[in-house]
Amino acid sequence: MARMSMIEAIRDAIDLSMEADPTVVVFGEDVGYFGGVFRCTSGLQKKYGSHRCFDTPISENGIVGAAVGMAANGLRPCVEIQFADYMYPAYDQIVSEAARLRHRSAGMFTAPLVVRMPTGGGIMGGQTHSQSPEALFAHVAGLKTVIPSTPADAKGLLAAAIADDDPVIFLEPKRLYNGPFDGHHDRPVRPWSKSELGEVPSGPHEIPLGKANVLRAGADVTVLTYGTMVHVALTAVEESGIDAEVIDLRTLVPLDLDTIEESVRKTGRCVIVHEATRTCGFGAELMATVSEECLYSLEAPPIRVTGWDTPYPHSQEWDYFPSPARVAAALKQVLES
Amino acid sequence: MSDPFLHVPEPGCRPGDAPDFSDVVIPKAGAVPRPAIDVDAEEIRNLAYSIIRVTNKKGEAVGDWAGSVDLDQALIGLRDMLRLRAMDARMVIAQRQGKTSFYMQALGEEAVSCAFQRALEKGDMNFPTYRQQGLLVAADYPIELMMNQVYSNEGDPLQGRQMPVFYSSRDYGYFSISGNLGTQYIQAVGWAMANAIKGERKVASAWIGDGATAESDFHAAMVFASTYKPPVILNIVNNQWAISTYQGIARGNSGTFAARGLGFGIPSLRVDGNDYLAVHAVATWAAERARKGLGPTLIEHVTYRDGPHSTSDDPTAYRPKGEAEKWPLGDPVERLKEYLIKQGHWSEERHTQAVAEIEAEVLETQKKAEATGTLQDGRRPPPSEMFEDVYATPPAHLVRQRQKAGI
Repeated sequence: MARMSMIEAIRDAIDLSMEADPTVVVFGEDVGYFGGVFRCTSGLQKKYGSHRCFDTPISENGIVGAAVGMAANGLRPCVEIQFADYMYPAYDQIVSEAARLRHRSAGMFTAPLVVRMPTGGGIMGGQTHSQSPEALFAHVAGLKTVIPSTPADAKGLLAAAIADDDPVIFLEPKRLYNGPFDGHHDRPVRPWSKSELGEVPSGPHEIPLGKANVLRAGADVTVLTYGTMVHVALTAVEESGIDAEVIDLRTLVPLDLDTIEESVRKTGRCVIVHEATRTCGFGAELMATVSEECLYSLEAPPIRVTGWDTPYPHSQEWDYFPSPARVAAALKQVLES
Repeated sequence: MSDPFLHVPEPGCRPGDAPDFSDVVIPKAGAVPRPAIDVDAEEIRNLAYSIIRVTNKKGEAVGDWAGSVDLDQALIGLRDMLRLRAMDARMVIAQRQGKTSFYMQALGEEAVSCAFQRALEKGDMNFPTYRQQGLLVAADYPIELMMNQVYSNEGDPLQGRQMPVFYSSRDYGYFSISGNLGTQYIQAVGWAMANAIKGERKVASAWIGDGATAESDFHAAMVFASTYKPPVILNIVNNQWAISTYQGIARGNSGTFAARGLGFGIPSLRVDGNDYLAVHAVATWAAERARKGLGPTLIEHVTYRDGPHSTSDDPTAYRPKGEAEKWPLGDPVERLKEYLIKQGHWSEERHTQAVAEIEAEVLETQKKAEATGTLQDGRRPPPSEMFEDVYATPPAHLVRQRQKAGI
């Protein structure tokens, strides 16, 4: 065990995967010599050479399209899109190609690739450096969608994603790169090195995709969340004193239906928290699942706490983010109804 | 209506006009020299504006590019094209009879795919778009399997998941076809990059139509190919029409499609796509470059789509009647036949006999395929097939859905 940041944990996962499997290749804008604008691939080109870790032209479409061809030809590309907001030019290659290749060729061709992208807001990135597009991927059959919330999860889930035989979208909450965000922007960020949640197992470490993590057991209400909002929800629970069960979904597809249903049947109440905009967000899927599968156990209608249905604002981002106060209010509301 | 500030290119003639190809400049066969394979793109700029031709009007093979196939290989090429043409004809009729939903024939463009495939080796991978089914035929892929795919029957290797003509065969070097135009172009470059990274000496060949060169994937592929110089051949099939949109729209009615490679420093040439010998020669040249680590080559195949875009299209609505017959590069089957006859290796009688034999053989194959099932008669892969291959292992939600569906 060592304490490290999420950036270091991501680098560690890629490094160990490259070491163990010579078919793992890494490329994207700035990822080679410079090691990525967030430095997640720092040192990898030096260690593995420029045939396995290299810079690409600024063409997201090209990065993912080339990765599909490489993956179909026996490599395991782990590519970086510099910001999730930039992935739209690559969306066709992700959705129409990577996601469907196995199905449309009846297993003759497959695309075992990982597309890593920093996601979410909280770094004053404005509209084009702050988006949370997970629902756009979770809706697509054939893709797996993963969002870690701690360095240990980032390492374990990314290692599993690289080893996975299906295309995986790996969304990295950039607000968590350097330390956990508890929803209080006016407090200084405590680095992962000073948080117990920064503990990362040394050496090879995999967390299976499709397994949620019950971060806190509770009796009165289930909180379903992922990514940055895990920490906001934990703060809300702590500050409100409500006995909530907090579940970090870790992967949206495949979704850990069993853990979700078991918890909601136990608590009879559910609050869903995500940073992305509300309409047709992943919370809608969770709400529908809980309603369909746990209706007779529910003692109150589930509630969503989400980002607003606006483009991501620059100077008002703290009003956009679900705050601990908003989450706590939802917890109280669901307990009172 | 015209406005000098907005130019919407228009073809020279439309329905009701007399077909006119006077603006298509056709150099003499044999006129374009064959450069060394390690040539610089800059040194052969003119090849992006000319047309490499081998077979002349007298049926002779002339010039530097002649000689890449011997007479027996040429005969194989003729048979490939005849088989493809016969299969296409049968499948168009089958679609009209309601035995399948859709078909696209390669009529008039048979030389492009058939000749190109015979210049490749086992393990090379094509990333085709529509109308390159000749790549499979010339790789000796069983026509019955292609028909099974068109019928989406129980023998369809793709389990009825793809629309007709969207074939796929890893073993025969035919990458899975996508309906989204152009996406395969950059994938071919990625495949070739993987070859290089793995130290394999195989070639990837990308295929795109003239219209789809307007897609961003085309440009991404060109950028990546010019940056990493992997063993890839970038083919553009300029068959003059993208459904009803004429090729001048995709290229701004200026330069040539091949010339688009010059800005990327990629050796780029145009070839007479209706000349089997020329396509084979150019493909061999490009494949040799790729295999020697000399990087990508761009080839514009200049041809003409004789038939409609697909069975859903009526070309008389947008191009003059009889335009196909006026195409100055002729018919690929006729031209190769004339060449073989001129060489004393073939005759009109033997040709007539061969056509009859091949048509009978294809009809026989069709009957076999239809005995397995057609889209109409319901003998299709089981519905449970749709739940397979979505993921390597079905996740819980899909297992639940399948149980709910009761299949």
